[in-house]
Amino acid sequence: MAVKAPTPQVPPPVWGDIKDLQEWEKYRQERPDGDRTSQALAQIADAIHHLPGGWIVVTSTEKIFNWARSSSIWPVTFGLACCAIEMMATFASRFDVERFGMVPWASPRHSDLMIVSGTVTIKMAPMLRRIYDQMPDPKWVVSMGSCANSGGPFRHGYHVVKGVDRVVPVDVYVPGCPPTPDSLMYGLLTLQEQVAEFQKTGRRPEPSPATES
Amino acid sequence: MAPTEAVSRIGERFGVQPALDGRTVTVTVPAERWQELGAMVKTELGCRYFNWLSAVDWKAEGLEVVCRVEDVEGGLAVLMKTRLAPGQTACPTLTGLWRGADWMERECYDMFGVVFTGHPDLRRILLPDDWEGHPLRKDYAVDTAHPPYR
Repeated sequence: MAVKAPTPQVPPPVWGDIKDLQEWEKYRQERPDGDRTSQALAQIADAIHHLPGGWIVVTSTEKIFNWARSSSIWPVTFGLACCAIEMMATFASRFDVERFGMVPWASPRHSDLMIVSGTVTIKMAPMLRRIYDQMPDPKWVVSMGSCANSGGPFRHGYHVVKGVDRVVPVDVYVPGCPPTPDSLMYGLLTLQEQVAEFQKTGRRPEPSPATES
Repeated sequence: MAPTEAVSRIGERFGVQPALDGRTVTVTVPAERWQELGAMVKTELGCRYFNWLSAVDWKAEGLEVVCRVEDVEGGLAVLMKTRLAPGQTACPTLTGLWRGADWMERECYDMFGVVFTGHPDLRRILLPDDWEGHPLRKDYAVDTAHPPYR
């Protein structure tokens, strides 16, 4: 006995072909035309540094810049999993990281910090990388919770990235499952200390390669 | 319909002995009579609610497709099973009977690689489109490192 199947009602795919999307991402990440703005800034800084007495100007202005950077770190509003609940609690009035100058900002174009709060799946990793690429330099990443640090309890699953440091370079790892708001606040204060020592305006290191699984 | 009557009607039509546990009737049929069983369960027994569909990988003994449909008002549930031969992945679809079988069969194809013949839109539903393999199969190596992110 044969049962007639219904007529297909397939909606058009949102992204078109996934191969096109991947090629576009590859082009964006390789930047074949080069990062001219960063190179020009580095050349200007080098030139001032090699003038007689120029290092005084460079170091004192960098202190001012780093003070400004570390006291206005804006994290991008971006939550992946249950860690995002603790992150929201950290932003809310009881723990209130706004007193450290951290305002959750709803645009990656205006943000300095990305808090990866939760499990990163292989399907999600290109989107996370795109948000990271959309943020202007200088930018920092806090990996929050076991899943973002190493894959956590889902490390041996088939679909989980074993640590977000395989996708983006990470500055501070916050352990916990999930970390309490106090832990995240300690991580953010540690990041502020790092930012106060931040030297260059230029490049970020590449994410650490996947050496073992 | 009472579960005991459902057991006898399925038994005399398909020549099998269904198991009865509470209000759940468990019946195993060959894959050729899968759609026939579905049509009979829906029209004659009144199981109009499609609960779920999944599969079990019995390694060397092949795959088993499991599906549960219910008659919510009548208090009857039928757990339909079919065994595919080792190495065989084709199974008739149930989308012509229950429209809700669409996504469940897509997920079953995604995770187990069961190809539902006659399905209107058999694509991957959860995993990325360029994924290789079917991860809930027993022979899938989960810790295989795949560049760039895995």
